[in-house]
Amino acid sequence: MAILIDENTRVVVQGITGRIGKFHAEEMIDYGTNVVAGVTPGKGGERVFDRPVFNTMKEAVEATGADASIVFVPPPFAADSIMEAADAGIRFCACITDGIPSQDMMRVKRYMRRYRSEQRMTLTGPNCAGTISPGRALMGIMPGHIYQQGRVGIIGRSGTLGYEAASQMKDLGIGVSTSVGIGGDPVNGTSFRDHLELFENDPETDAVVMVGEIGGPQEAEGADYVRAHMSKPVIAYIAGLSAPKGRKMGHAGAIVSAVGESAQEKSDILTAAGITMAPNPSAMGETVAWVLTERGLLPSLA
Amino acid sequence: MDIHEYQAKEILSRFGVPVPRGGLAYSPEQASYRCTEIGGTKWVVKAQVHAGGRGEAGGVKLCTSDREVQDVANGMFGKRLVTKQSGPRGKLIYRVYVEEATDIARELYFAIVLDRRIERVVIITSAQGGMDIEELVAKRPDAVIRTTIEPAVGFLAFQAREIAFAIGLEAPQIAEASRIFRRAYRAFRDLDATMLEINPLAVTGKGDIVALDAKMSFDDNAMFRHLDISELRDRSQEDSRESHAADRGLAYVGLDGNIGCMINGAGLAMATMDMIKLVGGEPANFLDIGGAASPERVLKAFRAVLHDEKVKAMLVNIFAGINRCDWVAEGIVAAFKDMDVKIPVVVRLAGTHVEQGQRILRDSGLPIISADSLADAAEKVVAAVNSPAAGADA
Repeated sequence: MAILIDENTRVVVQGITGRIGKFHAEEMIDYGTNVVAGVTPGKGGERVFDRPVFNTMKEAVEATGADASIVFVPPPFAADSIMEAADAGIRFCACITDGIPSQDMMRVKRYMRRYRSEQRMTLTGPNCAGTISPGRALMGIMPGHIYQQGRVGIIGRSGTLGYEAASQMKDLGIGVSTSVGIGGDPVNGTSFRDHLELFENDPETDAVVMVGEIGGPQEAEGADYVRAHMSKPVIAYIAGLSAPKGRKMGHAGAIVSAVGESAQEKSDILTAAGITMAPNPSAMGETVAWVLTERGLLPSLA
Repeated sequence: MDIHEYQAKEILSRFGVPVPRGGLAYSPEQASYRCTEIGGTKWVVKAQVHAGGRGEAGGVKLCTSDREVQDVANGMFGKRLVTKQSGPRGKLIYRVYVEEATDIARELYFAIVLDRRIERVVIITSAQGGMDIEELVAKRPDAVIRTTIEPAVGFLAFQAREIAFAIGLEAPQIAEASRIFRRAYRAFRDLDATMLEINPLAVTGKGDIVALDAKMSFDDNAMFRHLDISELRDRSQEDSRESHAADRGLAYVGLDGNIGCMINGAGLAMATMDMIKLVGGEPANFLDIGGAASPERVLKAFRAVLHDEKVKAMLVNIFAGINRCDWVAEGIVAAFKDMDVKIPVVVRLAGTHVEQGQRILRDSGLPIISADSLADAAEKVVAAVNSPAAGADA
């Protein structure tokens, strides 16, 4: 199977009665995702797209057997919603909400450590585009049609730059096993390293693309994992070569504030770990194609 | 969000951290009057700008008479102070802070930051205060002490004591220093700060501990629960292009090039700027229009880009997921109707409703240069900016 989600994943939409939650719940259902319920406190008993709405995550999980959730709750309440999902026994949570305070996210991460690692919910985001296993399930806000089903994993901080990668690959006939958005915030649920490990152990993934950017240590931590543990080829692009130091480029986490956080330094660190860098953002697809051909992996994809 | 030194000191003082007596002044006369209010015989006049390195740049001066305070303040008001952190244009001085001079016996360093690697708050201290911390870390890494705060329990008394002993404070000062450290931490935590720096934290001749300088930055995402802090925002310290865009809900960063950029998504925006640079151009700005952008929002973004007079050509790169290419196209057409757009505009659309979007642009009859990939768009906009037509009024 792909990683994190597939056709059997039973999804709860947290914040399903809001404008954005409702819009994307419908898109996900149209794609074929198994959306089983929604949660909005105080709106329990209503129905949205013929799915039941519950007041609490515990009720939703008990009634539907849901194992995944996607969060569209506004920033002041989103951290609480993530912890509620973890407490209700959700296995995988994608938080789309942008604008959660860093201290709230630190509290979330601290809270999640109360569960043993094998029982701990996998959180992606916040401020991410979500996750898609093409042809199986879409838990996010990405346009499903730009992803072709296939055997290359994608891990990205940025939503739209991830779309760019997937669509360049599709143009060359290269498909995706799962694309994971980890988000652009300084404190996030999981990072490159966590998902590289999942892809390395996934029999349906042959190679992985990392789409990174300036700021933070997570690309370098991913590179350490690749050097020490990965047998599958990894291709990467780091956005922000032209970004000035000390300026926040849109994403709360996209700021160069320490040594090793610039795009050039990160590219050097990744190259040294044996990762193949796309020379420019327009060449992500062709770099993947080149690496797959070198490894004799391309014919199996066609 | 950054605030001024005097504001940070007011906050720290509210949390029980000792600061020297001082007063804010908006004019040289007021600065001189502050001397009488504060008392004493020596004062420090400090330019209030959002940039470190003020001392070396002439923004902090010791005076020995109220007359001198007035003259020094007079020399500061209305000037742009250029420090190593301010950028080449410097920051406008329109308020100064007058403070009683402190008899300094020792200068210590104290800061609180959010460490992204370990996702914890970290206290950074050193016995070597007064110096730039980056310089100190480079020259004397062993002189810097890092203390990690566990979010479940906070900054513990023993940790504060350990720091106080480690930076060489004397036995009678340990209890007071530990209290000050923990009060500063409480200010940081309660107000959702992302950085608090007291440099120097001074030990006076009498053995008291005071915050001689103070810098604080706050988490923009948490300002919804700190309206009093968000009111401390000082627009005069910001790039006017950025304030203009921020007021319209747009993420914009002004740069020095001449190619205006309008893109959806921060990562794609950075990648597009990289691509422009790779093919020989210079971006004038970073601009992310965000998700689900309406035609009105696109029009506002267009205005924000053209607000910068350096812009000689513009690149619109939209990969719509949550966005819609037809809405973006309508916004572009509206912008051409609303403004006299004289510069070449290159548009690349992809994703949701791309055919409708392209049809709207084609049917408009406007002189829009369309591109079908990221590389194609970057090459076309760089060619346009280098063409004689665009360069004529450059």
